Amino acid sequence: LFTRSSLEKNPSAENPDMLYDGGEDELVGADADMSSEEEEDGYDERKRQKLLEAISALGGKRKKTLGERSEAAVQMSEFTVNAEGEGDKIELSDLIGSMAKTPGLSGKTKKRLKNMEHSRKAIDCPLSKQESERIQRDLAFQKVSKEVSHWNSVITQNQRAEQLVFPLNQGPSGPQPMERVVVGWKAQTPLEQEVFSLLSANKQPINDPILTPTEEASMKAMSLEEAKIRRAELQKARALQSYYEAKARRQRKIKSKKYHKVQNKAKRKDFLKQFDEMVKKDPAAALEELNKMELARMQERMSLKHQNSGKWAKSKAIMAKYDEEARTAIQQQLEVNKNLTQKVVTSLNNEEEEEEEERPGDAEVLPDFVNDAEQGLDFSNPWLSGTLSQDPAEETSDAVTVTVSAEENVAEEEEVEETEEEALLREFDSRRKLRQAQEAETAAAIPVVVVVEEEEEDDDNDASDKEATGLLRGLAEGCGEADQAADTDTSAQLEEGLRIRDVEDVELLTQEEVELEEETTDKAPVKLQHPPATESFQNAGKTRKVKKGIELKQVLTKDTQAIQVPFTPTVEDTEDAAGKLDQRGLIKEAFAGDDIISDFLKDKKKQEDAGKAKVVDLTLPGWGEWGGGGLKPSRRKCRRFRIKTAPPPPRKDQHLPGVIISEKRNSSISLHQVNTLPFPFESPSTFENTIRSPLGRTWNTECTVKKVTKPKVVTRLGAIIKPMTREELVKDRKQAGNSRLQELKLVK
Amino acid sequence: RYQMKVKVLSRNPDDYVRETKLDIQRVPRNYDPSLHPFEVSREYTRALNATKLERVFAKPFVASLDGHRDGVNCMAKHTESLSTLLSGSCDGEVKVWNLSKHECVRTLQAHEGFVRGMVVRFCGTSFFTVGDDKTIKQWKMESPGYGEEEEPLNTILGKTVYTGLDHHQNDPVFATCGQQVDIWDEQRSSPIRSFTWGVDSFSSVRFNPVETELLASCASDRSIVLYDMRESTPLKKVIMSMRSNTLCWNPMEAYYFTCANEDYNLYTYDMRYLTSPIIVHMDHVSAVLDVDYAPTGKEFVSASFDKTLRIFAKDSGHSRSVYHTKRMQHVICIKWSADNKYILSGSDEMNIRLWKANAAEKLGVLAPREREAASYSQKLKEKFQHHPQIRRIARHRHLPKNIYHQTKELRIMKEARRRKERNLRKHSKPGSVPMVSEKEKHVVTVVK
Repeated sequence: LFTRSSLEKNPSAENPDMLYDGGEDELVGADADMSSEEEEDGYDERKRQKLLEAISALGGKRKKTLGERSEAAVQMSEFTVNAEGEGDKIELSDLIGSMAKTPGLSGKTKKRLKNMEHSRKAIDCPLSKQESERIQRDLAFQKVSKEVSHWNSVITQNQRAEQLVFPLNQGPSGPQPMERVVVGWKAQTPLEQEVFSLLSANKQPINDPILTPTEEASMKAMSLEEAKIRRAELQKARALQSYYEAKARRQRKIKSKKYHKVQNKAKRKDFLKQFDEMVKKDPAAALEELNKMELARMQERMSLKHQNSGKWAKSKAIMAKYDEEARTAIQQQLEVNKNLTQKVVTSLNNEEEEEEEERPGDAEVLPDFVNDAEQGLDFSNPWLSGTLSQDPAEETSDAVTVTVSAEENVAEEEEVEETEEEALLREFDSRRKLRQAQEAETAAAIPVVVVVEEEEEDDDNDASDKEATGLLRGLAEGCGEADQAADTDTSAQLEEGLRIRDVEDVELLTQEEVELEEETTDKAPVKLQHPPATESFQNAGKTRKVKKGIELKQVLTKDTQAIQVPFTPTVEDTEDAAGKLDQRGLIKEAFAGDDIISDFLKDKKKQEDAGKAKVVDLTLPGWGEWGGGGLKPSRRKCRRFRIKTAPPPPRKDQHLPGVIISEKRNSSISLHQVNTLPFPFESPSTFENTIRSPLGRTWNTECTVKKVTKPKVVTRLGAIIKPMTREELVKDRKQAGNSRLQELKLVK
Repeated sequence: RYQMKVKVLSRNPDDYVRETKLDIQRVPRNYDPSLHPFEVSREYTRALNATKLERVFAKPFVASLDGHRDGVNCMAKHTESLSTLLSGSCDGEVKVWNLSKHECVRTLQAHEGFVRGMVVRFCGTSFFTVGDDKTIKQWKMESPGYGEEEEPLNTILGKTVYTGLDHHQNDPVFATCGQQVDIWDEQRSSPIRSFTWGVDSFSSVRFNPVETELLASCASDRSIVLYDMRESTPLKKVIMSMRSNTLCWNPMEAYYFTCANEDYNLYTYDMRYLTSPIIVHMDHVSAVLDVDYAPTGKEFVSASFDKTLRIFAKDSGHSRSVYHTKRMQHVICIKWSADNKYILSGSDEMNIRLWKANAAEKLGVLAPREREAASYSQKLKEKFQHHPQIRRIARHRHLPKNIYHQTKELRIMKEARRRKERNLRKHSKPGSVPMVSEKEKHVVTVVK
């Protein structure tokens, strides 16, 4: 299209070679000829043109001159340039007139051109340059915009993505293998070169750094099979060693003296044999061994172990008069002593034996109370006051509060010395009885307390079994006495104990109740305290619970937990009580001046009253009737104009005795509140939902927090983020294709 | 009678000791919401504090690079090295800067008169400059060795002044603009293609970094013209009510570009639909001279004649932040660093300034806990952004007096115009004064 239009427009000058098919060489020659001719022609033409202009100027008709651009520009507009001979009409014959002159033209072409001349049909007028360009542009733009639209999916995906990590096409994180780093890198600086030369000199890897030559060599040295065998051997050796160790440990723990005697004898024999051999083979080593023995003997002697000054020796000495064995034992001891005082090598054996015998005996004799902390050392530390070995007795109910006599304590201490098996047996035996007795008693006496204890039991899983069983045993003994004690105790005492216990337990449940109870106890310390009216409902529930609690099954399956240790009155206990009182006293003292509760109630009453319906008097004295001093408005009027305001809606706190809810708008808060619905949200509820769900780790698990607080854009420090490349598009297409495939599969 | 209650603590190591050293330390925690009440109010307080702290820590200015003896007219980022920046000044001098040391590494007299445009080749080994002396010069990135003279690798003598320059993303092809847009092969001394569309001069040309064959240019006849390097003709042209100075393509989204206009606004266009911009970014109070996108494509920064630079989110009409200093004059060129952390501005008073892209961000390596805390507070700020107090604090910026008053004035003017239009509409035949949206107002025509 383009070529044709240009051809039509200025057919004279521009592209003759488009017209002629062949014979370029000749054409060039012809051009050269023509140019010289044209120059002369042009000169004449210009003259003629001038003349014509002068003539036309004479005629007074001014030719319209197109404005020229005065600015310097490389390319001038096509509108301001007028070609010469513009208005002339051009015939086809003008164009192909030179055809006859050119000999090289083929006959075929000539014929075709002639035919063209004959046919007078006009070709369609070509589009103007502007229009054709416009069409081109339009087409090109459509093509480009279509091409660009391929990015749609990628872009929307990125816009919606919860997190974008830049740079986009990152390799796998973490250290890269050496090969990848080294490829395309050369030692440049002198330092690098030096390092490389060193590496290559020492057979260190440069290009393939997975294994150094030495490593490879070591790999070759042992095959996999060998390695496996060796590993198995090592394993076996280790196992044997552990068996041996276990055996040795077991043997060491054997308490039988006879066994050790035999063992020692065998050892001694072995040692003697070895020593004899050593004397023959290696006298120097034997001498050393001898020295060692001497040293051991000296040490033994210095320890003064085998003299008759020890406790054991003294007791034996007393017994020696009557007991044959004791006498021999002392004899032996003395003998050992003699041997030790002499510098004789052979005495060693006896010593060792003695020693071996002594050791386990010592361990056995060691009494339990050695482990106990000394009583009365530190009174402020409650942990040091109790004895560990002593089994603490307990009392589970307040009705059975027992003052434990000194005799009982003694009995208990004796019990301690009983073996564990016995203790266990006793425990099982007594458990049931004790339980039954205890439950029956407590249930009869004060139901509330028992329930509380049962609840405590559920909580207190910490108490170890041993302690629990010990406690039980203690109780089983004290049981009989407890009954008597209960009889003998004055009722006042019982009630007091009951009350204290009661208060303590209820304290755990509610704070208010405690306060109330305290008030009552302050007023009447001895009087049996009746629970306040508000408590009655709860008490009913408790009694119901109690009935449940008495069921045998439950009683038997439950352990006791509330550990109450009957103590002789100690300092720390009183201190504890004092501490409690202190706390309360402190609070009381702090708020001595003001009565908070009554203040609060007054406050609330005031607020309630303020909100109540009021009667408003709107009468205007003197309106419509006589007015003045001493005159009252008529009763009718009063009745008519006294208006009762509508009652306010019920208060939100009317059923909440301890709360005042103010429904007034608080301006200081409204300053922080959102007053219009923000843009992307469509309803207040959705907005509120987004606000309601917390993000922080105070309310969420670590994983959730991480997920929720993921930043939208993540960039790596110091990494250049390159623009997106076409590969992303390809990737995206592939993904889309895959997902489509999967969908298809799913459908199938 | 004395009784003692003994409560026994049980500490089972299984509950708090981790199995291996690599495990996370186990912190027993009860997430029962009744134990942690008032979550909204507590988080609100945290968000408020975070917002306040952000404002407290917002110190964006990092450094100033001085050394030019005339206004900085153009800058170029190095494509491979983050710490290298090139700048050209109005006296034809080009300086290469080391950003981490804040010092000039190399100075060369590239042109006589202005250095109009500068771009680093994609491989980072050389760079091109164009100047008022009608030449295009290619320079080596490395400074010449001892005794060597500073000489360009290539010099192309043109017929006209070149006003802008850009390089293809990954081919040895670059484009210049002046009286026409030329596409050059690096190996040839004449352009391989020239685009004209009417007679006018172009102020800038930019290659699309994603669809690398596309270009766009800003012309002095208030138009933005799109080109395809493969076609012989331009693609389309949109004429706006005022001239655009420069434009920048979004590096992550192939068909979006933003142009900086003389009418104080920036316009983001979708190149497929030029009839109206997608978003009009307002806030500047004078002509916008330059714009550059963040490498993440989420934000862009603009430099203005009003001596400030502003950072816009790509989809918001108003700026998120404004940077200015007392001594900074008209900001002529701006760049966003390739690691998305810094902004560089070159201004009339011969200085290049280095800013943080996020004013309150802590620079350098963050400990994991720091990072977590930062992202948590960021999310909190986002969550409570609509609450009036938080919004007020987050939006508060100190502005120089004249800009503040000018903004106010512009607002009043705008309101007055709006009122007038409203009145006109009210008192004329219904439908005769159509509503024209802000976006459509600024586009005159789209020429196919």
